[in-house]
Amino acid sequence: MTWIWSNLDLIWDRTLDHVVLSVPPIILSFLLAVPLGWLAYRFRVGRGIILSGVGLLYAVPSLPLFIVLPFIVGTTVRSPLNLIIALTLYGVALMVRVVADGLASVDRNVRQSAMAVGFSEWTQFWRVEFPLAGPVLLAGLRVVAVSTVSLATVGAVIGAQSLGSLFTDGFQRGIQAEIIAGIIATVVLALALDGALVLLGRLLMPWTRSAPSAARAPMRSDKEAVA
Amino acid sequence: MIEFHSVTKRFPDGTVAVDGFSLVLPSRKTTVLVGTSGSGKTTLLRMINRMVDPTSGSIEIDGADIGTLEPVKLRRGIGYVMQNSGLLPHRKVIDNVATVPMLSGIPKKRARTEALQLLDTVGLDRSLANRYPSQLSGGQQQRVGVARGLAVNPNILLMDEPFGAVDPIVRAELQQELLRLQRELGKTVVFVTHDIDEAFLLGDQVVILRTGGLIAQVGSPAEILANPADDFVATFVGADRGKRVLHLESHSDGDVLVDADGRLAGVLAGGTSPSAAAGAKAAPEEKAAPEVKAGPFAGSGAPAQGGDPR
Repeated sequence: MTWIWSNLDLIWDRTLDHVVLSVPPIILSFLLAVPLGWLAYRFRVGRGIILSGVGLLYAVPSLPLFIVLPFIVGTTVRSPLNLIIALTLYGVALMVRVVADGLASVDRNVRQSAMAVGFSEWTQFWRVEFPLAGPVLLAGLRVVAVSTVSLATVGAVIGAQSLGSLFTDGFQRGIQAEIIAGIIATVVLALALDGALVLLGRLLMPWTRSAPSAARAPMRSDKEAVA
Repeated sequence: MIEFHSVTKRFPDGTVAVDGFSLVLPSRKTTVLVGTSGSGKTTLLRMINRMVDPTSGSIEIDGADIGTLEPVKLRRGIGYVMQNSGLLPHRKVIDNVATVPMLSGIPKKRARTEALQLLDTVGLDRSLANRYPSQLSGGQQQRVGVARGLAVNPNILLMDEPFGAVDPIVRAELQQELLRLQRELGKTVVFVTHDIDEAFLLGDQVVILRTGGLIAQVGSPAEILANPADDFVATFVGADRGKRVLHLESHSDGDVLVDADGRLAGVLAGGTSPSAAAGAKAAPEEKAAPEVKAGPFAGSGAPAQGGDPR
């Protein structure tokens, strides 16, 4: 425990490093997954190809990916950019299917009525289907966020400073408290990001909070309607 | 005026929903398409705003072939009300009503003011404006649906079984509301239902459809009821079963109207005076004079209509 108290600065710095490594992939994977997921949802042919493609992506083991990536994208072997790209790919792999399923989950009735009253395909996507897929998208994004925070620790192996560095360092120098601190900080960070997403969801999707209650509210013409 | 010229719709799976359908739907009148499922009535309705395009034939609105019009623009000029309201669950009531005018470029403030007025028009309290659809009852949601349909001030209002999912009492309310609105606004209404009583109540022109979008009979409710074109129509309107033939029965509690099946159909307007009882002999004539809309024998025994004691 004394190690933790005397190294709070170090833990804080690694936490910030970890945020820098994990937040961009979460955002990027969401941004990339939306158009891909839309393609998979909209076109039957695209669906099989895209979904199995991203599924395979997730099957690629992380360490070989870290090694191969620099050759593909032209970064240096020790650049943190490799990690961000790799984590983005994993995020996309998880998220594309969620986007496709989320869009498919939107009530057919609502989609048809939006079409019937004159939404163009573009406005209908952004104003109807995308927001209504929101709860499903949020659920997927929460998984991506937590998994990305956890995966980002692997970066320590290829030299990207993160909370994972506390594992490797603690392991090499035999400091158990440092390993435990790394684990706790990773979990706390994951929970914090998860909580932030839930909060964001509540702000952006206020209708999900209004529990269906068929309240018989004042209807003025109840009487005159029959009169 | 909406005109169908030998319209046929064949779906990719080979189903022929509508076959050689021709009809004129007069302006400012209510035309009701009535039929069982598979009669193509919803397909016909959806062809008017190009949600479905015909395989052959053409549809004209006021002389313009709608096949040449841009679908999205066409739809924005036509009101549409559907079963289960079809409201956007993530938008407040007011925004649901104001959405389409805003899509057409009307400024937000004006669209919202007009939306509030429309809530008045359809008999909803303005305090509901800031609720989400899920917070309303089924009947209230349908009223919002009607308000949304009227929001672009369309000449044409398409209604696809709009009252099919609400309970009989609310349905009767909504039907009366629609009659009131139609008296005030005079839209060209195309109404789809499988309920013949609803069709007779609301329709100036009633179109009875067979499977495959074939017209069994077109006419006013009175014409159809008095002279069913064939056995199919007679069965459909219930004339063959004596559902439309009412007679008066005296009970200790008062006089009631009963159909040929012995089912209670209603009471005579004006109570149970001796002169009303004299009408019992004239009861078979009901078949010949079925002024369903305004007559004292309102309806056929459906609790939604004739049986309403209020």
